[in-house]
Amino acid sequence: MTEKPKIALYWCSSCGGCEESVIDLAEDLLTVAAAVDIVFWPVALDFKYKDVVAMNDGEITATLINGAIRTGEQEHMAKIMRKKSKLLIAHGSCAHLGGVVGLANFYQREDLLSRLYQEVPTTNNPQGILPQHETIESGRKIKLPDIHDTVKALDQVVEVDYYIPGCPPTPELIKEAMMMVLENRLPPRGTVLAGKKALCDTCPRIDSKPDKLRIKKFKRIYETEWDPEKCFLDEGIICLGPATRGGCNARCINANMPCRGCFGPTDNVRDQGAKSSSFLASIIDVTDKEALKKTADSIPDPGGLFYRYGLASSILKGKLTPKSS
Amino acid sequence: MIGFEPKIIGFLCNWCSYEGADAAGRARKAYPAGLRVVRVMCSGRVDSQFILEAFKEGADGVMILGCHPGDCHYKEGNLQMLKRYVILKRVLSQFGIEEDRLKLDWISAGEGDKFVKIVCEMTERMRQLGPLPR
Repeated sequence: MTEKPKIALYWCSSCGGCEESVIDLAEDLLTVAAAVDIVFWPVALDFKYKDVVAMNDGEITATLINGAIRTGEQEHMAKIMRKKSKLLIAHGSCAHLGGVVGLANFYQREDLLSRLYQEVPTTNNPQGILPQHETIESGRKIKLPDIHDTVKALDQVVEVDYYIPGCPPTPELIKEAMMMVLENRLPPRGTVLAGKKALCDTCPRIDSKPDKLRIKKFKRIYETEWDPEKCFLDEGIICLGPATRGGCNARCINANMPCRGCFGPTDNVRDQGAKSSSFLASIIDVTDKEALKKTADSIPDPGGLFYRYGLASSILKGKLTPKSS
Repeated sequence: MIGFEPKIIGFLCNWCSYEGADAAGRARKAYPAGLRVVRVMCSGRVDSQFILEAFKEGADGVMILGCHPGDCHYKEGNLQMLKRYVILKRVLSQFGIEEDRLKLDWISAGEGDKFVKIVCEMTERMRQLGPLPR
């Protein structure tokens, strides 16, 4: 019997949705599982770290890692998985671009820790204890993974061969990526395994998009009732479809929600947030400076909106702070 | 800050502002040497990515100078930049980049004096703000 290709799955700083997306393969999961040996998948199967460490370098055919890199343990595991795998695939927005957890880069680590462990009204921590890397408990030294200053995408820590985008990726994309690996028909290294064009281009509502969009005020979705057939932008609702890679089957649009950009930028764009902010600016139908400022101010958190999934891998990567700490 | 000379990237449009800078040069006007000029065909050509890249690569301030509204060689490229600028400024503040570090202004081909004045003011403001941390 010839040996089956070995597959591993690992998670770093993520919500677990990407793991769920693997389960969403449904019956297809059985097809994939029959064709491969899953050698490591902490969330679903009982393997230990030492099982992976004991493997030969490059023994695993492909490893899918989801989640951003935020702790020392995650970085350590990413490096081990890189060493043991022929192919390392970033699975989902967090591994691909830093994802939602990457928004932490708009703040400093100390501010986040004190907010979470000391200031939040529901926190009960009278001694104000913050998580420590090392602590002595009943005479024993206990260690926790250290939390990094900045959240990083997977390819900022180790070399990544392919990317499956999405928050979470669609089962179709995961299956297709798996089949590409198994049938050995992979595109050039570094490819994002999804659409090449912007979501707008494949949007089911593209016909209702006027040639020239003209918006005087941006509306938030709770402020308005909108036509479920019409282009969101034409209704004044911010949709990031023009600046986001397609290939998601327009899941959000079909659920009558605007695009939030989880597939990241297209191949020609370096910084999705910059592009989102400038396409949005171009459809504003106001040029009087005061009125323009009012329109811009009607976007409550532009940084969080435009960089929702890609702050960690954007040009500036996060808030600029002196590097003294 | 002692000995700090701010670096400023200036994107100047080919038709008005670059000519305006040229006018300042022909008239032998002096202005701070920290300005690095990039000539672009239109202020509307200045992609937001260029601005972020400039800040990342060491600029303490970024200036975009275009034709006065109504004078744009491409009709409304400068107004497109104006809209982009207003939104980008809000994004920049979330990155910890002070509002004054990005400036958009209009310089016509004849306004050499105004060009010098704006560069001097911008440099002075950057001196006050100090180097951009990165």
